[in-house]
Amino acid sequence: MLKTFPKGGIHPPENKITASKPIKRLDPPKVVYVPISQHIGIPSKIIVERKEKVTIGQIIAKSGGYVSSNIHSPVAGTVTKLDKIFDSSGYKKQCIVIRTDLKDQSNFELIDSPLKTDIQLSKKDILQHITDYGIVGLGGATFPSHVKLNIKKDKHIDCLIINGVECEPYLTADHRLMLEKAEEILVGIEILMFALHIDKAIIGIENNKKNAIANFKELTKNNDKIQVAALKIKYPQGSEKQLVRALLKREVPKNGLPLDVGVIVHNVGTIFAIYEAVQYNKPLTERVVTVTGKTIKDPSNFWVKIGTPVIDLINEVGGLPEDTRKILNGGPMMGKAIKNTDVPVAKGTSGILVISKEEAERKKCTNCIRCNECVFVCPMGLEPYLLMNLTEKKMYETALNEDITTCIECGSCSYVCPSHRPLLDYIRFGKSIIKTLEIAKDKK
Amino acid sequence: MSTKPIIISASPHVHSDRTSKKLMYDVVIALIPAFLVSLYVFGIGALIVTAVAVISCILFEYLIQKYLLKATVTINDGSALLTGILLAFNLPSNLPIWMIIVGSLVAIGVAKMSFGGLGFNIFNPALVGRVFLLISFPVQMTMWPTALENQTKIADAVTGATPLGIIKEGLQFGETMTDLSYKIPTNLDMFLGFTGGSLGEMSIIALLIGGLYLIYKKVITWHIPVTMLFTMAVITGIFWMINPEQYANPLIHLLSGGAILGAFFMATDLVTSPMTKKGMVIFAFSIGLITVVIRLFGAYPEGVSFAIIIMNAFVPLINKYFKPRRFGSKIKSKII
Repeated sequence: MLKTFPKGGIHPPENKITASKPIKRLDPPKVVYVPISQHIGIPSKIIVERKEKVTIGQIIAKSGGYVSSNIHSPVAGTVTKLDKIFDSSGYKKQCIVIRTDLKDQSNFELIDSPLKTDIQLSKKDILQHITDYGIVGLGGATFPSHVKLNIKKDKHIDCLIINGVECEPYLTADHRLMLEKAEEILVGIEILMFALHIDKAIIGIENNKKNAIANFKELTKNNDKIQVAALKIKYPQGSEKQLVRALLKREVPKNGLPLDVGVIVHNVGTIFAIYEAVQYNKPLTERVVTVTGKTIKDPSNFWVKIGTPVIDLINEVGGLPEDTRKILNGGPMMGKAIKNTDVPVAKGTSGILVISKEEAERKKCTNCIRCNECVFVCPMGLEPYLLMNLTEKKMYETALNEDITTCIECGSCSYVCPSHRPLLDYIRFGKSIIKTLEIAKDKK
Repeated sequence: MSTKPIIISASPHVHSDRTSKKLMYDVVIALIPAFLVSLYVFGIGALIVTAVAVISCILFEYLIQKYLLKATVTINDGSALLTGILLAFNLPSNLPIWMIIVGSLVAIGVAKMSFGGLGFNIFNPALVGRVFLLISFPVQMTMWPTALENQTKIADAVTGATPLGIIKEGLQFGETMTDLSYKIPTNLDMFLGFTGGSLGEMSIIALLIGGLYLIYKKVITWHIPVTMLFTMAVITGIFWMINPEQYANPLIHLLSGGAILGAFFMATDLVTSPMTKKGMVIFAFSIGLITVVIRLFGAYPEGVSFAIIIMNAFVPLINKYFKPRRFGSKIKSKII
């Protein structure tokens, strides 16, 4: 029996059409738009000026606080503008616009460095590198990694979990990375285990990536500290709490973190970024992005520089199909619909998904028939139909008591609702109102 | 920048292909085997009753939505059709047509639309219609045409009581179960449906096929039917073991009186059943218990309809107190 989490979950069509496409490297984009808030927390502070020349990997925005992160220039070139442009949140955000210097050879140098297995840095230096080189969680949450790794003395961590689940349909960025950079990822795991004094790590991979599982199993044959666990396919297994439950049968307490049950979870992409930062002093300025969609001519996986506008990627895969009605930053379950194709790739962009007319439009919402599907599929044990009703009726206090804030926004409820009710839309709305009310209360 | 109109909406951006309409029509499909048996056993009467109930249910829903509520007409969502069929299944096949129309009006008008339409009704509309008719017209509602003798007759059908009716009356007049066993149909006849009774409740085999189809299609889960039938079997079994001459055996109870129809099609009605598995078990257990109490000690030989309606009223309460376990609410976490 393969492991999985027991409560809820759905099985959306996987559509992993790019699973066998190696990650391609692109020429550097002519212009990059680097947003200064690519992570959860305080936006970074810009430290470059207009017309300033920057080199590859140079810090262009400094961490704005503890929960924040440095941002480095993905290209060598000139800062042309400090402008506000739409990012994937749907709002205009401050960006550093850099024109790439196409004559500068450093923009074209191959970045695949040879495998470097021996860890030379001290524990303190490892954590410093992770802080300095702007590493954030690449699974989508973009939480600054150094905060996650700064464990208070009273917490005991006994297991590192590597999230290679990639349960989101269409996306194959993590899958390809696990195939192509398996050894580097294993070194990255060793680095973290060394830095955090952990002697057990589990790589969790869903069973639709059999080659990645086999590959890791082969490589860790003689390593009894790193286990590879195949997981039953079920969305949202890539959610931290569900993954910890599936692998270790430990339940992260309500409003708690994996830390509370002795676990730290990192995405495979993050581990690879940590590897590069620690072994090669390389800042996080590029990531793997899957550019895909049923109507796309040549869906592919790319190494993409942070700040590359989405249109550049879409042109690489055969252009935007005529009937495109929606473009997503991320997968179909949790991805965000973007406003235009100028939106730049950020640290948290794991895929660009193009959706055609037929699938883009929502169906008409009809009466709730109380079929209990939403209750059944909710991985957090919530009652989405009730939370939607309470939000509709502005009964936020009751919604709070019904644990609305523990919703992980996986969208399983909206996915299954036979009446096409916008359950998650309302739950999100309720959550945001409650947050605002609580902030207001705190201020008083 | 693209000039094409682009849709901005919140996630998720995909949806399963299940729709409420499909769920409703799946239940309709599941009722087809029982309807066919009914056509064979009761003939043209079954067809007329079903057609009248379905047409009048849909018509009343249309009229109420269009002229009374002035709202969007949703008669093609399958719910009125389903109510019509289920109501017909709970009626004798020789019921006067005007009574069927009155029953449909009560089902759709009173039990469904006055609460706010699909999804807002507390009580199962078809059962409300049925119980209204049973209380208003007890004579006509308990004159069941006998099986296989009335296929072509509409009026003047040969009528008789249901097996449970025979048992109830017999026991009151001091007969024992051994005497009565000669008066009621064999278990096999009841299983196949060759017995008197409401139009769609008699063929156990056909209803089971439909019920299993619903479970296979994930329209319902096993919790309600299994719990309800198991409860009935256990309680009637206890009485039967205490005194087999005074109490019918559990098999008779399960095979007759609409227990199977109720368990798979009426109690499982999505709108009027609880939202959690725990709640469903409590709900179905109570239905089983109340059914047996009515059957053994009440005035009516059959109690499934009443039991379901009574428990429908408790569903909001059940939903309030039997919630799914929230993830992470267990305080003691196992640390290996």
